[in-house]
Parts: sequence; structure tokens; C-alpha cells
Amino acid sequence: MREPQPAMQFVDLRQQHDVAQLGMWVFLATEVLFFGGLILAYSAYRIGYSAGFAQAAARTEILIGAINTAVLLTSSFLVAWAVLVARMGEGRIAALLLWGAAALGIAFLALKGIEYGIEYKEHLVPGLNFDVVGGQAHATHLFFAFYFVATGLHAVHVAVGIVVLVVIGMRARQGAYSDRYHAPITVAGLYWHFVDVVWIFLFALIYLPGRSS
Amino acid sequence: MRRWYPPRILLLSWAGLLGLLALTIFGAYQPLGAFNTGLALAIATGKALIVVAIFMELRERNALTIAFASAGFFWLAILLWLALADFVTRPNFPSSPPLI
Repeated sequence: MREPQPAMQFVDLRQQHDVAQLGMWVFLATEVLFFGGLILAYSAYRIGYSAGFAQAAARTEILIGAINTAVLLTSSFLVAWAVLVARMGEGRIAALLLWGAAALGIAFLALKGIEYGIEYKEHLVPGLNFDVVGGQAHATHLFFAFYFVATGLHAVHVAVGIVVLVVIGMRARQGAYSDRYHAPITVAGLYWHFVDVVWIFLFALIYLPGRSS
Repeated sequence: MRRWYPPRILLLSWAGLLGLLALTIFGAYQPLGAFNTGLALAIATGKALIVVAIFMELRERNALTIAFASAGFFWLAILLWLALADFVTRPNFPSSPPLI
């Protein structure tokens, strides 16, 4: 494998690596605000319709949500491990770990699909077949509109992340990364962990309210 | 000792995250009133900090990177604070009856 060289605008690989990390964090800051807008809307309506939101949230599939949270947390662990292993020059093991994380990502999306199916059967999909009657119908409608937009956008991020992990895994397997050159795998890992962080908050906001009453 | 074994801190973080997940689900079923939401968000923040500090290795990064990473959350705090200051202080929200 050819010794990696820094791009012409950088003094050395270390500086290039620092800049790549900084750039990823800037992108993630925009992502924080992207999901933040959704969370603001959720918070405002939850304040306005607290009883209705609690009742609606209790209708979500907490078992699937909990398994999916564990799946994403585990995939994040595998990616963090893969980044360390790749730096040691163990590209083949790093590739296996990354592909394992991607497989967990696919499992996450499959479970999400099953969950959407259940919600469709229960007539909880706004704009498609929403049919809830009673005093909390309006709040339930608002809650599930948030639910599908937020989890749908999150699922798109997971899907992008799966592709990134598979491609970076292929590069790692070819021995592209080492202690000197590992910016792509590190930055890809940052993205995947961020998707995990978003889910941690979505889980708390979507699945947990209204369980104790 | 094979060199690709996961470091102890990663294993501990993973176990800690799964433990916090179990704790937050347990907490959600306890009748704590308004504290249910606070507990859920506090545990979520704890989980996020573990991921950010250890998995994303922010604790090993330089001050500039930490400042950039914090910036997103700082602006998020402004967004939530200014907007929710309105909603939490309205005596009557929503002000009109729902349309459905």
C-alpha cells in the first residue's frame, strides 16, 4: 500500500485529520439544529396537550423501541471499537466490526418497518389512515405526525450511515487506514454515533411518556 | 493478549449505556408525576454524554473541536429556551379549540 500523503493545502496528515474532524463537528452542529426544530415543535405541543401526548405516547411499541435502542447502542460500540482497531492496522477486523454495525443498522430499520406496520393496522398514520376518536384525537394526531416525521428522518440518516459503514469497511479491509491515516473512518464513526445520540433523545420523547398512568 | 480486543473503557461504556436504557424504562413505569419527564431526559443526556465523550472521543480532542461540538448544543439551547419561554408562560395554550 502506498504511503498516504496529505492533500496539498495541509502541512501534514495530522493537520488534515484535525480539519476533517472539525468539519464533521460543524456538520453535526447543523444536524443538531435540524432535529432541534422538530424537538421544539414536539415540546411546544406537548406543553399544550400534555394529557393527550401522554396517552398517545403510551400507544407506541415500547418493546420494539427498546430493542432498537439497544441495537443502535451496540452498533455504536462496534464502530468505536472498529476505529481503534483500524488505527492499529488491523483492517480486516475493523471491516468485520463495521459490517457488523451496518447489519445492526439494517436490523434497526427492519424493526422500524414492523413497527410502522403495526401502527398502520391500528390506524395511527396521519394523512394515510388516521382514525382515532375521542377527546384526545387531535393531540394523538399531532403526536403521531411528529412520530412519523422524526423517526422517518432518523431512519433516512440510519440508511445513509449503513451505506457509509459498508463502504468504509471495504476500504478498511483493503488496508487503507493506519495510525497515520484514519480520518475517513474516524469521521464516518462520528456520523454514526450522532445518529445514535439523536435516537437516544427520540426514544425518551416518543416511547417513555404516559407509561406510569 | 490479542491487540484488537476492545479496551475496557469501551466495554464499560457499552454496559453502562445498556444499564441506563434499562433504568430509563424502569423509571418510566414509576408514578413520579412530572418527574417522569425530567428523569427520562436526564438519563438520555447521560447516555448522550457517554457516547459523545467516549465513543466520539471528544474528551481527547483539542479545545477548538470541543468548542465547535458544543456550539450546536448551545444554539439548540437558545432555540428551546427562547421559544419555550413563550409556550410555558401562556395561560391558555392552545388558545383555540382543535379543528379535528
